[in-house]
Amino acid sequence: MTTMSVGDPILEINGLETHFFTRDGVVKAVDGVDLTVGKGEILGLVGESGCGKSVTSMSVLRLIQNPGEIVGGSIRFHGEDLLHVSEKEMRAIRGDRISMIFQQPVGSLNPVFTAGSQISEVYEIHEGLKKKEGYARAVEMLRKVGIPDPEQRIKAYPHELSGGMAQRVMIAMALAAGPELLIADEPTTALDVTIQAQIIDLMREIRNDLGTSIIVITHDLGIVAEIADRVAVMYAGEIVEEADTKTLFAEPKHPYTRGLIGSIPLAGDRREWLDVIPGRVPNLIDLPGGCRFAPRCRAREEAGLTMCTEQRPELTGVNGEHTVRCFLYQEGAK
Amino acid sequence: MGRFLLRRFISSIPVIIGILALVFALARMIPGDPCRAALGERATDEICDLYNERYGLNDPIHVQFGIYLKDVATGDLGESFRFGVPVTELLIQRLPTTMELAAAALLIAVIVGVPLGIISGYRHNSKTDVATMIGANIGVAMPVFWLGLMLQYIFAVFLRDTPLALPPSGKLDAGLIPVPFYEMWGLPENGLTEFLSEFTLMNALVTLQGEIFSSAFLHLILPAVALATIPLAIIARMTRSALLDVLGLDYVRTARAKGLRERSVILKHSLRNAMLPVVTIIGLSFGLLLGGAILTETIFNLAGVGKTLFDAITSRDYTVVQGFTLVVAVSFVMVNLLVDLLYTYLDPRVRVS
Amino acid sequence: MSEQDPHDQPLDNMEASDGIRDEVRMDLSGGDVSATTAGGLWGTAGREIIRKKSAIVGMGMLSILLLLAAFAPIIAPYPPNEVLFDEGVSPRDPPCVHLFGCDEDTPQHILGIDGNGRDYFSRIVYGSRVSLLAAFAAVLFAVVWGTMVGLIAGFFGGWVDNVLMRVMDVLLSFPSLLLAIVVVTVLGPGLINAILAIAIVTIPQYARIVRSSVLSIREQEYVSADQALGVSRWRLLAHRIFPNTLTPLIVIATLGVATAVLEIASLSFLGLGIQPPTAEWGSMLAAERNQVFTAPHLVFFAGLMIMWNVLGFNLLGDGLRDAIDPRLGR
Repeated sequence: MTTMSVGDPILEINGLETHFFTRDGVVKAVDGVDLTVGKGEILGLVGESGCGKSVTSMSVLRLIQNPGEIVGGSIRFHGEDLLHVSEKEMRAIRGDRISMIFQQPVGSLNPVFTAGSQISEVYEIHEGLKKKEGYARAVEMLRKVGIPDPEQRIKAYPHELSGGMAQRVMIAMALAAGPELLIADEPTTALDVTIQAQIIDLMREIRNDLGTSIIVITHDLGIVAEIADRVAVMYAGEIVEEADTKTLFAEPKHPYTRGLIGSIPLAGDRREWLDVIPGRVPNLIDLPGGCRFAPRCRAREEAGLTMCTEQRPELTGVNGEHTVRCFLYQEGAK
Repeated sequence: MGRFLLRRFISSIPVIIGILALVFALARMIPGDPCRAALGERATDEICDLYNERYGLNDPIHVQFGIYLKDVATGDLGESFRFGVPVTELLIQRLPTTMELAAAALLIAVIVGVPLGIISGYRHNSKTDVATMIGANIGVAMPVFWLGLMLQYIFAVFLRDTPLALPPSGKLDAGLIPVPFYEMWGLPENGLTEFLSEFTLMNALVTLQGEIFSSAFLHLILPAVALATIPLAIIARMTRSALLDVLGLDYVRTARAKGLRERSVILKHSLRNAMLPVVTIIGLSFGLLLGGAILTETIFNLAGVGKTLFDAITSRDYTVVQGFTLVVAVSFVMVNLLVDLLYTYLDPRVRVS
Repeated sequence: MSEQDPHDQPLDNMEASDGIRDEVRMDLSGGDVSATTAGGLWGTAGREIIRKKSAIVGMGMLSILLLLAAFAPIIAPYPPNEVLFDEGVSPRDPPCVHLFGCDEDTPQHILGIDGNGRDYFSRIVYGSRVSLLAAFAAVLFAVVWGTMVGLIAGFFGGWVDNVLMRVMDVLLSFPSLLLAIVVVTVLGPGLINAILAIAIVTIPQYARIVRSSVLSIREQEYVSADQALGVSRWRLLAHRIFPNTLTPLIVIATLGVATAVLEIASLSFLGLGIQPPTAEWGSMLAAERNQVFTAPHLVFFAGLMIMWNVLGFNLLGDGLRDAIDPRLGR
């Protein structure tokens, strides 16, 4: 965990709504999400599969395709709403000012092009370099992300690279044009544990050396604890809690967050049963009215609250920067 | 990659030997007496004895096969009973016609089929897509001979006095005799030059015989279109399906995330990958083309390998059947080898071996 | 930054291209051979098929044909081989439909008279019988023999596999129609021989598919588990491996019937299949071939029926394929 002082916000997401219009109904994958990322800040976006975290990140780059559509909200990058710029301007931003890396690094690279040509491509389209110059810069980037013998490696095809190596190539490609924001969608999920640690270290160095802001999207709380400055927890398309990392792990407020943290088996912990959160993630087409977590919430039962199933709680501040979406922490809860 | 090539080549050898054996066996199994087929029903037994001796037809089978192999290796495919000329001579005369037809059909199939597939795939489920796929389904279901006959009717009868009229049969208008290029340029007349000159379209083009060229061209249109239809439909469907497969893959998402124009995403990143299975399909289509050529040439009265082969089968001209079938099968094997080569060149994942 | 780590393992290399051609062949004929459990899929498959419009259209088209074939004696106004010159018709008389204004005196012949004085429409109707039966028979033979070859080759491997597959390769080196023609010539013209020829020519396709299936299933863990339990090889073959090859096989076989229809028609067109006077669409086409300029309807409808038949099976096969393996559904 690092505690660097973070600069002004560069990305402000407000009330983002991304829906998928399928044959079986409208899937409200992202339903009113607010997020802010500051300069040089590492934000962790945590949640189970299907909670909408990937869709959120794809929405930032406007990469949502049919049948999905961004239907509401704003995404301000340095004050400019990305949802209202032209496609051409958006293309200039992708890969150049905001970059993204994905989960399966080998599969995310085009198998018929070499690593070098794919990195060089970023220079060719965003800085107008010729192939030769692009390749030279690619070698430099590979060196920067810690790949040994980069002059040879640029000629490698993706299937010749190991998982960790491929992810480094992807990172090199993402950072090539010097973006201010890097979105990492489950960057280490498909990798070996020891390699995971290396990639996390790499990302931290990137932030420290280049000042790049990073959004790390993951379901792995361990990663978030390692590297994030602040954490936002997502559930069923909404942010349910947000705080700086230390606080979140020390004093989790939302019952879901507490469930997540509580279900991590700790070395030296002597328990008979692993705490799990009962029930399942709700169907995003047929959402229950009221708080989305209510059906699974033990705290609600114990506190005897009835408004949870009828009204939807708003995100409210608890302690300075710490916000929660839960009636337990609101005045006059019944 | 050279090693891979060599390996593939070596593994085709047993197949080729198998082909030789099969062709040899099949030709021998065709009912009927070769002697009487060649010399007529009234040949006497004595004459046939002499005939059989002469052509080694009394030797034990393995000896005949051995002689056959030796002959093939030295390029001697025997003599046609019907025409009285060496089989190779017939091949030289007639193979180019089929090759031109097949090439034209393949060209049409690829040039029309691939873009159609791309457009359909990209505009998945749009009206264009649905229409194209319905068309492709119908195209695949059409019998070549029926299509050929229908085209003949439409363009030679129905549109007879319109500028769209097309000749329904033959290679050239009656009375037109092309001058082979070797004659025009004073080159020696041998097997190779004769072979090359039988490519009527090419020959007319390089010697600038305009009238011949346009006549040959017009005569080629209908048979080529008829022959091209099924491969076209298959190629369109395959391209579409391959493109759709690729568009759903992760690296296409990455390409977009890098800020590439949609056109680049499709043409540069997706197509290279989608074309891989399509290339193989094109190679396999070659077999369809060769099979279809038999029917097309019969309908359009073109003297190519297909028609000659069929006539030879019905008239029991064994050596022609043997020789031509062999050539067809071997060229099919060669084409597939080439396609494999091309595939290896295009797909780096396959190169490691 | 960091160094190369021994935990960072390189990924597997891809195998060379024989497999690719197989895959593409399968795509061409429309099937993926990943082993899917044969049993539990059929319920979902049934629902999916209904949803798939093309499959419904295909089934509809085939139902009409089946009706024609089954009720031919009732639907056809005349016996298919009966020459009607005594009734005062001439060869290639144009169609006469009383509903459309043809003279009430002249006997009704919906599609006219063919070159030998027989009612064309009746022959078209009866032709459906031959087409359907012959195509089914050819595919049935090919599937049975091909499956046997594929099972044996895939399961026993080694030189058995090698030899069998080489033989299949040789057969596949010939364009199928060409090979069928030669085989029919060897066997002699006639319907049964045509069926046999087409069956022989298509065996390699099914053999390859089944073999592929077997190879992939063989590697699955439930087979290793059985082997560890001491289950005999034959039992394995019959009870585990074979049922799982059924799924792709059915799809390919359906599409194969379509091809068989075309090939039988082609052989008949060339005079090598059905012999006159039996009514069959391909030979009917051939008989009227030279009259296409003067009596195109005699050529048109026969071919149309062939196309109808092929299209029906293609649509049905496509629908089956999409329903059973939605991953390939497009």
